[in-house]
Amino acid sequence: MTLRTEEFVVNMGPHHPSTHGVCRLLLTLDGERVKKVEPIIGYLHRAIEKICENRTYPQCIPILDRFEYVTAMSCNYVFSLAAERLAQIEVPERAEYLRVIMLELNRIASHLLFYGVTAMDIGAYTPFLYGLRERELIIDLFEMTCGQRLTYNYIRIGGVSQDIPPEFAPKCREAVRIIGEKMSDYEGLLNENPIWLARTKGIGILKPEDAIAWGVSGPVLRASGVKHDLRRDDPYSIYDRFDFDIPVQPNGDTFDRYIQRLDEIRESLKIITQALDGLEGLEDNTIKAKVSPNFKPPAGEVYARIENSRGELGVYVISDGSKKPLRVKARGGSYNQLQALPLMCHDVMVADLVAIFATLDVIMPEVDR
Amino acid sequence: MNGFSDFLELHPLFSWLFDLLKSTGLQDPWLHLVHYGALSVMMFGLLALIALFLVWWERKIAGHIQQRFGPMRHGWHGWYQTVMDAIKLLQKEDVKIALRDKPVFFWAPIVCFVAAFCVYVVMPFGENLIVADLNIGILYVLAITTWTVISLLMAGWGSNNKYALLGGMRSAAQIVSYEVPMALSILTPILFVSSLSMNDIVLSQSGPIYNWFIFRLPFGPIAFLTFIVAGTAEANRTPFDIPEAEQELVSGYNVEYSGMKFAMFFLAEFVNMFTIAAVAVTIFFGGWNGFEFLPSWLWFLGKTLLIVLLLMLFRWTYPRLRVDQLMVFAWKFLVPLTFANLIIAGLFKHLGWYW
Repeated sequence: MTLRTEEFVVNMGPHHPSTHGVCRLLLTLDGERVKKVEPIIGYLHRAIEKICENRTYPQCIPILDRFEYVTAMSCNYVFSLAAERLAQIEVPERAEYLRVIMLELNRIASHLLFYGVTAMDIGAYTPFLYGLRERELIIDLFEMTCGQRLTYNYIRIGGVSQDIPPEFAPKCREAVRIIGEKMSDYEGLLNENPIWLARTKGIGILKPEDAIAWGVSGPVLRASGVKHDLRRDDPYSIYDRFDFDIPVQPNGDTFDRYIQRLDEIRESLKIITQALDGLEGLEDNTIKAKVSPNFKPPAGEVYARIENSRGELGVYVISDGSKKPLRVKARGGSYNQLQALPLMCHDVMVADLVAIFATLDVIMPEVDR
Repeated sequence: MNGFSDFLELHPLFSWLFDLLKSTGLQDPWLHLVHYGALSVMMFGLLALIALFLVWWERKIAGHIQQRFGPMRHGWHGWYQTVMDAIKLLQKEDVKIALRDKPVFFWAPIVCFVAAFCVYVVMPFGENLIVADLNIGILYVLAITTWTVISLLMAGWGSNNKYALLGGMRSAAQIVSYEVPMALSILTPILFVSSLSMNDIVLSQSGPIYNWFIFRLPFGPIAFLTFIVAGTAEANRTPFDIPEAEQELVSGYNVEYSGMKFAMFFLAEFVNMFTIAAVAVTIFFGGWNGFEFLPSWLWFLGKTLLIVLLLMLFRWTYPRLRVDQLMVFAWKFLVPLTFANLIIAGLFKHLGWYW
């Protein structure tokens, strides 16, 4: 006698603990084995790009804060960069240093969150709290500087909104020291844990050629062994002044994508220390170039891109010379990484799918806009 | 014997109760029925208290591992937090989905709850402090703990939910698989006791501390380790908590349950954890045997809580295994290991190399 078997369609999401927001994955399961994954997006669409068309340039920045709220500083920065390139504004040096410090702090905060939620998705609860504990130090620094903890509106066209308070630099150095010390805790909890290794090694391999073909960028691309980092390959701000490495991993599996983030935290810590040193030697205290409130860039178009914690974050802005942009198109790394998910989830178990999805570090507002 | 610890012993309570019932003039079938009924109610109350305490304790331990406080609001360090939680769950609406399998959905939490509590009929809490010393004691424990599978399968099937079904199937596969190494590791001490009665098992470990089965080298510690691993899987706890893996199956078999029905699953889970620890103590750590200065039930409770602490530390430290890895671990590692251990123990017994 043969038992009749049938495939099983499960809607994973939009309300599911491990889809990190409102992603819906249409899974076709054969028992526990995933036969097909179809991401269905659009549950968090807020028409951010369209809203920007009806706002003046400075008003676009707080809207774009919500584009990728985990690293809102990057969104502030990338739009300011686009506007500055359109209008050819020189940014004061102090502002550039402050921007680099904030961007890197935000990258660390994002990666710490990644560390926590990835561990949680693979079933370890405690790392989540550890990751968030150190993230709190960074969020406190942001709060001290601009009064906000999640959506900052700090980096403005021509500079930054306000200077850092005097106690910022010592507290920032303290945070850098603490996070540097706690890195060994994070790695000690998971890196050599046999269960963790069994769950992550060799799972969800993304080959470098596939990664490039699907437009994957950022840590996921580097975990596949492609040494591509916009901070080095398309330098913006003052990143060419700092000495840092670009870590890459050999295999492109779940474990590599996890360890890649931890390596990147170390490099970011290096950059922050150098930037704080550079900030101390500065004579000029200007933090913002003179930008009219009635900011009108000349007609033209520009694409500005930066290396965000989730890959290439870019905005494409078309200006018709008025004070509102004619078109704003935002590009986030999450969208491309979500597209690569079905490729990596060929014939894996449901638990692996969750692990792979977690290490792609997709955040849904960036996908849906 | 030390007078003070004798004074604190609880077993006179049992005979006192029996005498009290006898003095009312009850005749024999009814006398024993009422006596055991009263004991069951006592056990139930005690275990409900223990389960509530364990929930609170687990939250406190989790909190302190994760650098937070855990419950702090209700009483000293939130000691009656879980009582409030239970009251809240009692007040909640019992949401019944329309397409459920009615009887199966209804009976699943009850079976789970009852199975969890039935084990304690044969649990020796202290010297003579046992409801019924069945001569098949440990076999009874193994049989009753397996009921849990049926209840989880019922919950998974009755909920008419795909996640719940997956959780139910996972738990059935898992518990049936881990039953084998668990039974095999229990058999190792049974070889030396030559009795299945829980009381005999404890009595055989009385005397000096090296009579505890865990100290009988080399097979004792191995049997304990395999038992505790298999037991963790039996109690569905991390790293073997795949039936209710939150991040994969939302909440697994109990996803459609709410209110008190959910609380029954929840409390049963903690009672099961206590069962695993209590059986481990009974078989490997001398049960209620201890030193003179404390009463026997306190020794039993203390040792059991230490094992529970170990299980809690597992939970808040380890990630979760995958379904297939779980099976591979059971069948390709634990079962051969426990078999080999059993054979070695048998050899030692045959050659008389034991004390």
